[in-house]
Amino acid sequence: MNARFNIVARRRWFFLLSGVITVLGLAAFLLFGFNLGADFRAGSRVQMQLNEPVDVQKVRDMFQQIGLSVPEGGITVAGTRSDMAVVRFPEVLTQDQIAKINQAEKQTFPKASGADVRTVNPIVAQQTSRKAVWSVLLASLFIVAYVSIRFEYRFAISGIVALLHDAFIVMSVFALLRLEVDLTFVAAILTIVGYSINDTIVIFDRIRENLRIAKPRSFSDLEHLVDKSLWQTMSRSINTVVTVLIAAVTLYFFGGQTIHNFNLALIVGLVSGAYSSIFIASPLWVAWRGRQMRRSAPEKHPA
Amino acid sequence: MDDLWTTGRVQARPGFGVPRAPWGRARRTAGHYLVDGETRGLKTKRHRKWGRFLAFLAVIGAVIGLTAGTSMQLWKHISLGLDLKGGFELLYQIQSSPDKPLTPDGAKAVVQAIELRVNNLGTGSPIIELEGSDQVRVQLAGTFNQSEAERVIGQTADLKMYGNATQDKSGKWVPDEKTLLATGADLKPNSRWAQDPTTGQNVVTLEFKDPKKWQDITTKYLQKPIYVFLNGDLLTAPTIQSVMSNGQSEIYGPTLSTPEACNELAKELNAGALPYPLKLISSTNVGPSLGLASLKATLWAGAAAILLIFLFMLALYRMAGLIADVALVAYLYLVLLTFAGMHVVLTLPGLAALVLGVGMAVDANIITYERIKDELRNGKSVQSSVIAGNKRALRTIIDSNATTFIAGAVMYWFGQGDIRGFAVALMISIVVSMLTAVLLSRAMLLLFTKSGVVARPWWYGAGKGVVQS
Repeated sequence: MNARFNIVARRRWFFLLSGVITVLGLAAFLLFGFNLGADFRAGSRVQMQLNEPVDVQKVRDMFQQIGLSVPEGGITVAGTRSDMAVVRFPEVLTQDQIAKINQAEKQTFPKASGADVRTVNPIVAQQTSRKAVWSVLLASLFIVAYVSIRFEYRFAISGIVALLHDAFIVMSVFALLRLEVDLTFVAAILTIVGYSINDTIVIFDRIRENLRIAKPRSFSDLEHLVDKSLWQTMSRSINTVVTVLIAAVTLYFFGGQTIHNFNLALIVGLVSGAYSSIFIASPLWVAWRGRQMRRSAPEKHPA
Repeated sequence: MDDLWTTGRVQARPGFGVPRAPWGRARRTAGHYLVDGETRGLKTKRHRKWGRFLAFLAVIGAVIGLTAGTSMQLWKHISLGLDLKGGFELLYQIQSSPDKPLTPDGAKAVVQAIELRVNNLGTGSPIIELEGSDQVRVQLAGTFNQSEAERVIGQTADLKMYGNATQDKSGKWVPDEKTLLATGADLKPNSRWAQDPTTGQNVVTLEFKDPKKWQDITTKYLQKPIYVFLNGDLLTAPTIQSVMSNGQSEIYGPTLSTPEACNELAKELNAGALPYPLKLISSTNVGPSLGLASLKATLWAGAAAILLIFLFMLALYRMAGLIADVALVAYLYLVLLTFAGMHVVLTLPGLAALVLGVGMAVDANIITYERIKDELRNGKSVQSSVIAGNKRALRTIIDSNATTFIAGAVMYWFGQGDIRGFAVALMISIVVSMLTAVLLSRAMLLLFTKSGVVARPWWYGAGKGVVQS
């Protein structure tokens, strides 16, 4: 027990670390912004699985031949093996143009396995982004309500801070790496929100249980209790995140290209989620709960 | 529960207390276990013991057998999304106007009209659904002429007959709106291509719903021309030769010179007018081989991920890990069964949610097994540890899964398309994992533990020594 690393006592370091990451994320956000995908931006997006290293000029020429001029920087190379080209057009392509693209792709890139073409008009783009933001906020609200009923509001708020922290880190990483943000990214954020709170609740559940057995009378008692709870659930926390990471990492490297970014978001979010539920959520709760404790009974049990 | 202590049958030998390692797991010691207690068991006890163990093996056999035997059959019943099999998705906005507001019935009528049109195209298993209150999503799988499909779905063959028309300055014919005689809505949906018996001309047959109407028109315009407009352009201006009382007629024109063009128009006429105009607002187009490549890659990756998780659980929790793995097989099978039964369309994000669900199903087992290890460390017997661990873990599992389920429900509520597919898969995963990872694996674990075939906590992933505290 002595050799154990005291997490709660060192909480300020973790708060500082997360604070620095958040500030950096915010800077990345402001500097780069999101690279919005077709779901959020009006226009067309053509994704071609070429199954050979992408030659940007060759792709550009192909579109030139069928009378479509690709805007500057409109071609991005994606995929684990850099064998996928994503081409953007500000205008909405017609079905005839799409048919032409499919034909031209077959001729120019014989190894290609076809194209995925999406067109979205501005109304849908706006509606989708609004829905996405609302669903994250509403999901958080419902989770707060549930946790407040099953636990207490301080747990709920600490848990929400941790999950927003995770969602924010994933968004910063995507802004920083200029990765495309589409509808599946929103699904990933929502999964992370669900996972992060899931992970946090298991630890809170142990704290709640330990609180029932031993009533902490001083702040150091409380610190000790939470620290004990964290270590009691540590192997579960680690084993679970490793399991889910096994799935996410395997899918990232070998899964379908369309869920590539989804899995990257998941990996970042899972690591952040496991970190935040141990090092942020519970210490935050201790700091908050402890402050009230010290106020109510300061002289009897000096911390 | 502590009365089990006195039986001494499955009790760990005390005295192996070692300081706990930082990870909270007991460090292994060289000490060995003596499990000779059970060899002295009564005959009846031994009987029950092997009975339970056989039941345990039977459950494993049933799960594996059922899965191996029928899962391929089941897989065929799963409908795959466009992103997995290729195809084409269109999202239409139903356009209402102040003088014709959109009603729920009107929206339903639009969906029905689109269904009729899509069926005319003859593509396999189209999906047509109303999204929100004023959008219609149409999904067509496979390969076909996509431009044609889009035209047939979204366009109305706007056929109008006028008694008078004039040519404007550019030579374009403009109808005299006041002399509108009939529209496509007056026709029976049985138009087809035919050849005029006398001239051999390609024509499209028309039949009026009300023969009287056609009779009145032909009477009034006998020996006079009428002007037939298609989509605002003059198609033909025949002169009425005789009064027609059977309601049958035919049209032809320069744009209807081929049988294909005639068939095309006949199809559009038969589909009838849409109750409201539609506007295409979004489309997705996935090449079939691309979809197949995605499906293959994701399935292989998913299989690899699941195999790795199996091995991970076995290494961590040994026999209990094996039980978790069997429960996982049951989970996957039940999820597929639910998908097939509820006709859920499996999309790529949905497939990802399934594999993620595997992680969450395993989590329920991990929570339980860690609890059991805690109980063992507290010095309880294996059997009472298993019972207490299961009981204590249940509340944690319910609370943590409920929160994730809430996130899934909100996604379903607000999401559309892909997000919905993901949310449905997530919610089904959670419910099924509660059945398998909690109920099934708990039953199996209790059967196994009570059979007392093995008594060492090692089989449950606890260290060889049991920490007393």
